[in-house]
Order: sequence, then C-alpha cells, then structure tokens
Amino acid sequence: MLVESSLDPRHAVIDEICPAGEPWMRQIRKGQVFRILDLEGNQAVDTLFYNAHDPEERYSAIDTIQRQRNLYLTAGTTLYSTEGNPMLTIVADTCGRHDTLGGACAQESNTIRYALDKRFMHACRDNFISAIHHDPHHGLSKRDITHNINFFMNVPVTAQGKLTFEDGISAPGKYVEMRAEMDVVILISNCPQLNNPCNAYNPTPIRLLVWDEE
Amino acid sequence: MQVIVNRPPKALWEETLPGGAHWSGVMRRGTALRLTDLEGGANVSALFWNFEERLERYNMPDTLKAQHTAFLTRGHCGFSDMGRVLFSIVDDATGWHDTICGLMDDRLLKERYGERRFQEARNAMYRSAKEGLLKEMGRWGLGRRDLHANVNFFSKVSADGEGNLRFDISHSKAGGTVDLRFDMHALVALSSCTHPLDPAGEYRPTAVKLTAWRAGIAPADDYCRTFRGENRRAFENTSRYFADQEF
Repeated sequence: MLVESSLDPRHAVIDEICPAGEPWMRQIRKGQVFRILDLEGNQAVDTLFYNAHDPEERYSAIDTIQRQRNLYLTAGTTLYSTEGNPMLTIVADTCGRHDTLGGACAQESNTIRYALDKRFMHACRDNFISAIHHDPHHGLSKRDITHNINFFMNVPVTAQGKLTFEDGISAPGKYVEMRAEMDVVILISNCPQLNNPCNAYNPTPIRLLVWDEE
Repeated sequence: MQVIVNRPPKALWEETLPGGAHWSGVMRRGTALRLTDLEGGANVSALFWNFEERLERYNMPDTLKAQHTAFLTRGHCGFSDMGRVLFSIVDDATGWHDTICGLMDDRLLKERYGERRFQEARNAMYRSAKEGLLKEMGRWGLGRRDLHANVNFFSKVSADGEGNLRFDISHSKAGGTVDLRFDMHALVALSSCTHPLDPAGEYRPTAVKLTAWRAGIAPADDYCRTFRGENRRAFENTSRYFADQEF
C-alpha cells in the first residue's frame, strides 16, 4: 500500500548516510519515527530490531507473518516481537512491498547458493556481527541474529510455493517509514550482495532519518 | 511430485506423542526419523540444532532461498546457518510442510480456545507449542534467544498473489508420513500442538508416532544430495565438517 509521509527532513534529529555494504546500529525511543530512504534504487536493507530494555525480545518474522496472515510488509503492517508485542508500525511506504522471508546473506549461505569459492565475498551477517562487537553494551551475540526484514527487496512466493529473488520494485528516492511502539535497537546491514538481483548487482548507499514524536 | 514411501528397516525405537505433547532428543548422523500422523490433521512444530555446537541451527531463510521454495517436501534439506545439511526429507507422503508461520504461543492459545489448567484438567490441560519447545530447549541449556523459525510438519499454508495466507484444513491424512534423515548429529525438539493458523474451533491436537532407524550417510547418488546444485554444495560443506573422504 503506497502511503506518503508529511515529515520534513529538515526537522529530523538523526539524518545520516550509510554507505553500501556497511552496518548501522542506533537506539530510538517509543514514539519516534524512523525512515529508510533508498537513495539510488533497488538496495536491500537487512534490518533487525531488539527491545532496548530486554534484547531477548526481538523482531520476529514468523510472528509478524502469522499475525497479519500475509507474507509481505507495507504501510499498515505491525512488526511483532517474539513475545507477540508490537515493536514498530509501518506508517508510510512509497515502495509498496518488503520481504521478511529471504533472510540475510552470509558467507556460508553464499557457498551453498552460488559456489564454494564465493565464501570470501562480504556479506550481511559479517556486518551484523561486526556492529555487535563494536556496540557490546546491548549484550547481543551471534545467538541473537535472527531472521531479518529486507526492506526494498522483492521475494515473490507463488500459490504453488515457489520462492524467487526478483528484480527490485524500488527506485531512487523511495522510502519506508515506521513508528516505534517501544524503545528499540535498530541493527542494519546495507546489503553487499553481488550475486543476485536484490541490489540490482550494484549496492548503493541509503539515508536514515529519525524524527521525535510530534 | 514423486512420492515413494518405503517401510523403514528395523526400527531402533518407536514412541507415540499424544496431541499437544513435547519431545526432544539427539539424532545421530545417519539415523532417520519417520513422523506418522495417526489420526489426520496433525501438526508437528520442530526445531533443529547441531548437537555439537548449538549456535549452529536450522535456518529457515537460508533453507528456502537456496532451494527456491516456500515450503518443504521430499528432496529438500534443512540447512543450518553455517551452510551445512542438518536433515534431509528422504520420503514424504504428505507433500507440503510449512516453515513460515511460526508457533502457537500461550497468548494465541488463550485467545482462541480459552484456558484449561493442570489443576482442573490434569494432563488434558491446554499446552502451546512455544512453551513446550522452550521446556525441551531448557533441558539442553537453550532459551528464548535460541528459538528461531521452526518447521510445522504436516501443515500446508499457501499464499495468493497478494501474499495472503490460507491454511489447508484437509491437507494431512491419517497414516500420512514424512521421513527425515539426519546428516549431522542433530538436537531435535518437537511439539505436537496445533498449527497457529489452524481454524479449528476447539483445542484438539492429535497424536503422532515417531519411528527411528539407521538410514546411513547419504550416498553420492542420494536424491536429496543431488536435488539441486545448492544441495550438493551444502553436502560438500557437511562432508568437510565430518572429514569424509568418499564424497
């Protein structure tokens, strides 16, 4: 569902660029609004959320799918935690569909999907692990790296159960915006995958903005 | 889809899980486990770890994207997050097993069916899959942080073009089976609780039989190993882990 936002970037309290292939980790408060902007188009943004006060409670792809009885994320979707609590609500979306089945790329999954010698290419899980190492006070470890959202990624599932990574439906300037329903830690890998069309074979930077509650 | 159901050779053991029960155990590399839906309409929520290193676990997204599927059936493997094969579906008389809808938890159970506690109902109390699996996981030192996406054997949930999900109420028949071969030493946790999208109006989880046998290590021409190039590479990673020479 396409919904535009009226928020003005000049009033944002955080306005940063995350380069292609880099991690980004921040804590935001309940009521703040968080926007991810696809600057150059078709950039997969692998994203995890944790309850800032109890990181054992975290974003749950399966609980979100189960509760909305739908595979795709867009405006109106509530992102649920492992405890069944709303973590964030998607309030604006100019792309229209986001994935939460495809997971994050890892060196190990690249060996399966492409070739054993693809192991040494940069991958999202390395970004997650690196961000956790550099920001250890949340107490996260590899144990906590669960199934993420891929904002701007197009992973259609057919009625026969076939799943494919298709060319993106995003474009330069498209964005998705969500309101925090609890204090959350955001953990992003701006995906470096070069072996499939999730980034149009050309990973690019993203812009991340946060507004205070109006 | 080709369905060939072989009777397992001499069983190592058999056990019947009542509906709503939970179970865990170690399944060694080369052993197999048949799940049998005894009454029809069963659901078995399942989680898998590498028994030797429990940070390595069944990874739903890696399993689905590598095999270009949104469900599991014969030929598919359950991949770990470390690029190895935890289990293979070597036979399947059911044809579709869900792995994207998660677990029935206590909150959903209470909303849908109300509450029935041990004090009043004894062992006919209502039990959720999530609490059952967490109890099994606790036995092995695992907790909430180790609970990631599960498989729901015997349950079919398909999506329309808009992504809306539909649970197939007539999918699993009495006597239906699915056979898993373990390609690593696997810690397995199971719950025979109702699927979270099952629209049945009353809490009526059904019994499932477990049958274990020795299947051996997947040969070079194994159906699951050769199912796709991705599976061959995952088996290659697994062989490196076990220092196999023959593959």
